[in-house]
Amino acid sequence: MLLFLLRRLATFALTLAAASVLVFAVLELLPGNAAEIILGDSATPESLAALQAQLGLDRPPLQRYLDWTGGLLRGHTANSISYGTPTAELIGERMVVTLPLALMAMVLTVALALALGVYAAARHNRPGDLAVMAASQLGIAIPGFWFAILLILLFAVKLQWVSAGGFPGWTMEDGGSPWEAVKALLLPAIALALVQAAILARVTRSAVLDVMREDFVRTARAKGLSRRQALWRHVLRNAMIPVLTVAGLQFANLITGTVVIENVFVLPGIGRLVFQAISNRDLVVVRDVVMLLAAVVVAVNLVVDVLNALVDPRVRLQ
Amino acid sequence: MSAAKAAGFWQRAGRHASFVAGGALSTVLAAAALLSLMWQPHPPADIDIPNKLAPPSAAHWLGTDSLGRDLASQLLVGAQNSILVGVVAVGIGLLLGVALGCLAAAQQARGRRWVDELVMRACDFSFAFPALLSAIMLTAIYGPGLLMSIVAIGVFNVPVFARITRNAAQAVWARDYIMAARAAGKGPLAITLDHVLPNIASLLVVQASISFATAILAEAALSYLGLGTQPPQPSWGRMLNEAQTQMFQAPMLAVYPGLAIMLSVLGLNLLGDGLRDLVDPRAR
Repeated sequence: MLLFLLRRLATFALTLAAASVLVFAVLELLPGNAAEIILGDSATPESLAALQAQLGLDRPPLQRYLDWTGGLLRGHTANSISYGTPTAELIGERMVVTLPLALMAMVLTVALALALGVYAAARHNRPGDLAVMAASQLGIAIPGFWFAILLILLFAVKLQWVSAGGFPGWTMEDGGSPWEAVKALLLPAIALALVQAAILARVTRSAVLDVMREDFVRTARAKGLSRRQALWRHVLRNAMIPVLTVAGLQFANLITGTVVIENVFVLPGIGRLVFQAISNRDLVVVRDVVMLLAAVVVAVNLVVDVLNALVDPRVRLQ
Repeated sequence: MSAAKAAGFWQRAGRHASFVAGGALSTVLAAAALLSLMWQPHPPADIDIPNKLAPPSAAHWLGTDSLGRDLASQLLVGAQNSILVGVVAVGIGLLLGVALGCLAAAQQARGRRWVDELVMRACDFSFAFPALLSAIMLTAIYGPGLLMSIVAIGVFNVPVFARITRNAAQAVWARDYIMAARAAGKGPLAITLDHVLPNIASLLVVQASISFATAILAEAALSYLGLGTQPPQPSWGRMLNEAQTQMFQAPMLAVYPGLAIMLSVLGLNLLGDGLRDLVDPRAR
């Protein structure tokens, strides 16, 4: 297990390093550097040189790369071009929206997918199974942001139960409350969860069906366990491995999905931050947010791999 | 495929519910795009303010938007946009992905494991950059536009096709008749073209239809955010963005483009599922 863990950690570090090189190369080395993009076509050579010096673009690329990554590792980030504050501060402020949103969506996804997937598998090829499969086929085809708009149409425009967007804040000082905040995140979380739950329900169903065909389940039934007992005691535990793996990969989709959904509901999270940074041509914020999101995706995969290895000893030996 | 084999395929295909439904929906999508190339009820970009937010009528089948533009025409022309993005993005993925996958499998068969290892690790790495992240980086530098969104989606497709190609090609390389071909002096390129590609083509067609659906979804999201197709070219994603500001006055504006996206994606996914069953019954 220790060897497996070390090997996975090494891969993790290498992947992060490669990701940082790619982000740096795309955003800082491709023709059209930050200063030119900020000033536009009409910039004079003098103003361009001045801004390049201010942004540190006149230094050699390798030094800039090392400054950037070294800073990230020590927790020092560069100042945003448009806000003038360190990007870590900006990202931290926005995380209190994005992280709870992604977690709520993940919990909804897993709960919905497990319930529907196990139900469908237990009723294999009967009407209940077919209905779940048809619904999930539809769920996969619906664009998440359109579903979000439909939710707003129904709950904000027609029924007027919630506001059409915005975020009141978590505390009284911000002008909101925990309850108000959760309420504001509920529709976005549902919109995010729908597509992912549709995919995960299919995975759960086929994983459960696969395990139900195994010999040890037949043995359990022969021993006198009912179908239901066998399902709960033996099948689910073994079916969890592929489900967990896919759910982990989906967390990556949820994180990028929040970029879109936050813009539908005008939530002040990471997605809105990076989106506004693109409009403001704030490449420093774009670079750090993209690096952060890529790092989250890679880290979640590491966690999934380690969890899988804990659940299933066979994984460790591969 | 021989004539008798082809006839058998179409006979089975005609009885396969999701293949038929998916084929029908995909045909409608393609027909809408083709039709709009030759004829539209109204020019989609024509602004007609006095007629804004008009309800459906004989002149405007689905009504008009906030600038008086005909909704049905915009939806028809939007189909062109979705197909364009799908074809080019999947084309990029197919071309580069299949080349990389074939290379990895061929080199591994010749004992050069490191090529395979390199290609596969690069594929593993690419999952850290979903299409949206690449699109964000590219638009931050080059500004938003159709081309950038196609490139971002296409690049995302490369590892998808590379992995499928490599796994399938490896299985083909292990067959006896490849050994015979190699013994007869056939080179790796000739073997790949004559034996490997024909054997894995059906698998690639299945993946292409599913990736096509994903590309339509991704383009819609990027256009919705304003990072994709730019005005005046109509696109379903941007129509939804514009509709969101009119939700209280004209809620239906936010319904039609979404339905168009959903039905297109559903059609391509069903087609892909159906093809997979028909091509490889064991994969169910």
